[in-house]
Amino acid sequence: MILVCATTALPPGEATRVEADEPIAVFNVDGEYYAIDDTCTHQDASLADGWLDGCAVECPLHASCFDLRTGKVSGPPAKTPVNTHRVLVADGMVYVEPGVAADGAA
Amino acid sequence: MSPTIAVVGASLAGLTAARALRDQSYDGRIVVIGDEVHAPYDRPPLSKDFLAGTASLDDIALGTPDDADLGLEWRLGTAAVGLDRSSRSVLLDDGSGIRADGVVLATGARARRLAGSDGLAGVHVLRSLDDAISLREDLASAGRLVVIGAGFIGAEVASTARTLGLEVTVVEAQPVPLAGPLGADMGAACAALHADHGTRLLLGTGVAGLVGTDRVEAVELTDGTRLPADVVVVGIGAAPTIEWLAHSGVALGNGVLTDARQATNIPGVVAVGDCAATWSTSAERHVRIEHWTNALEQPATAAATLLGAGERPAPSPVPYFWSDQYGARIQFAGSRREGDVARVVEGSCASRSFVTVYERDGRPVAVLGMNQPRLFTRLRRQLRSTVPATA
Repeated sequence: MILVCATTALPPGEATRVEADEPIAVFNVDGEYYAIDDTCTHQDASLADGWLDGCAVECPLHASCFDLRTGKVSGPPAKTPVNTHRVLVADGMVYVEPGVAADGAA
Repeated sequence: MSPTIAVVGASLAGLTAARALRDQSYDGRIVVIGDEVHAPYDRPPLSKDFLAGTASLDDIALGTPDDADLGLEWRLGTAAVGLDRSSRSVLLDDGSGIRADGVVLATGARARRLAGSDGLAGVHVLRSLDDAISLREDLASAGRLVVIGAGFIGAEVASTARTLGLEVTVVEAQPVPLAGPLGADMGAACAALHADHGTRLLLGTGVAGLVGTDRVEAVELTDGTRLPADVVVVGIGAAPTIEWLAHSGVALGNGVLTDARQATNIPGVVAVGDCAATWSTSAERHVRIEHWTNALEQPATAAATLLGAGERPAPSPVPYFWSDQYGARIQFAGSRREGDVARVVEGSCASRSFVTVYERDGRPVAVLGMNQPRLFTRLRRQLRSTVPATA
């Protein structure tokens, strides 16, 4: 389990990147936290730098879209989904469990 | 009988149009016609990873497993040679025709060639997969590359060739590269990447001609200079592929003329992507945009128009393009005009990491970023919300 940050440091609409074996992007969508692989599966770009639109993030480089809940591609040019990671919130802190898929993700 | 829609063009715009038709519940027949034998592929990597040999054809394929569910009928390796308005048929180069209830024109653009370069080995343009494969083969055994034109394609090819170890010279007729899209100051800031990475950039110099009998040996400049070259890449822009529509009755200008909802003057015929010159309410003229993102965004509107899905307001997208060269990421959104004021709001040109906002009458109209994807993306989105809708 990796400590991401305090909940106050990640307000709604914001994203942050944490280092793990593969970097992970953590998002706050209206109080719900989601974590996916940070690197776009299309080309090397950080999804934490992307644009949040509801439960989708748009890659900052070529506009590929990924569903934060499932990791699935919701817009090209990416073709391969990203991995999701389980997020835990405890005592005002946000944690991720790398390699453990989020509940409900494929 | 089930209706038929013919999509002419099997690249990003055509494939996206076919997907959009299904997405909007059209369940009739869709025939996709493409003059290339290849299934749809992504063109941007052709000057970068694919040319460098680090991306395969599989990597750049546009199709996904889900596309099998679209039930598309493919006619690849077949060029459209005409459109018969009375029967609304697309005429093909194998002599056959496809009668259609609706037609999507998505034939793209083709690279402009240098006059007098036909038949000279070693001279390339870069637009298609076959172009890229042939250039890649030629670069593998070459030592010296001359690129004619310092636009984005030229710069990306120069960058890739440097990573392959070639000696590269870029020749540009204008005094500053990219001054049209970016303005002189920012064009110069982007062109500075060439020198950083050992590419020689010659500005304000025209090409008088190519030297060589069977194979190119040198590029001769208007000032008399001869640049020895094993390979020459001509990157001087593209022209819309619309000649085949010359006698069709479809209104043509610098592209197929459409209204803001991608409709042409012929009922049941729409146009999208690089071949379409679309009416822009804000610019008060037809605008043809050769950006990847445009080819991705226009088809949804075109599909709705073709299917008669009500009078939804025309979108007013903010044009966006990117260029990856020498490891730098250049991104631009919006529309710059002469006289707009460019202001660096973050970083500096000297550090090769900056964001520049272009203002007109005190309002932001465009944004340029180099190696600043996060802030650029924010400003690009803000631009989207400040551009008035054209409803």
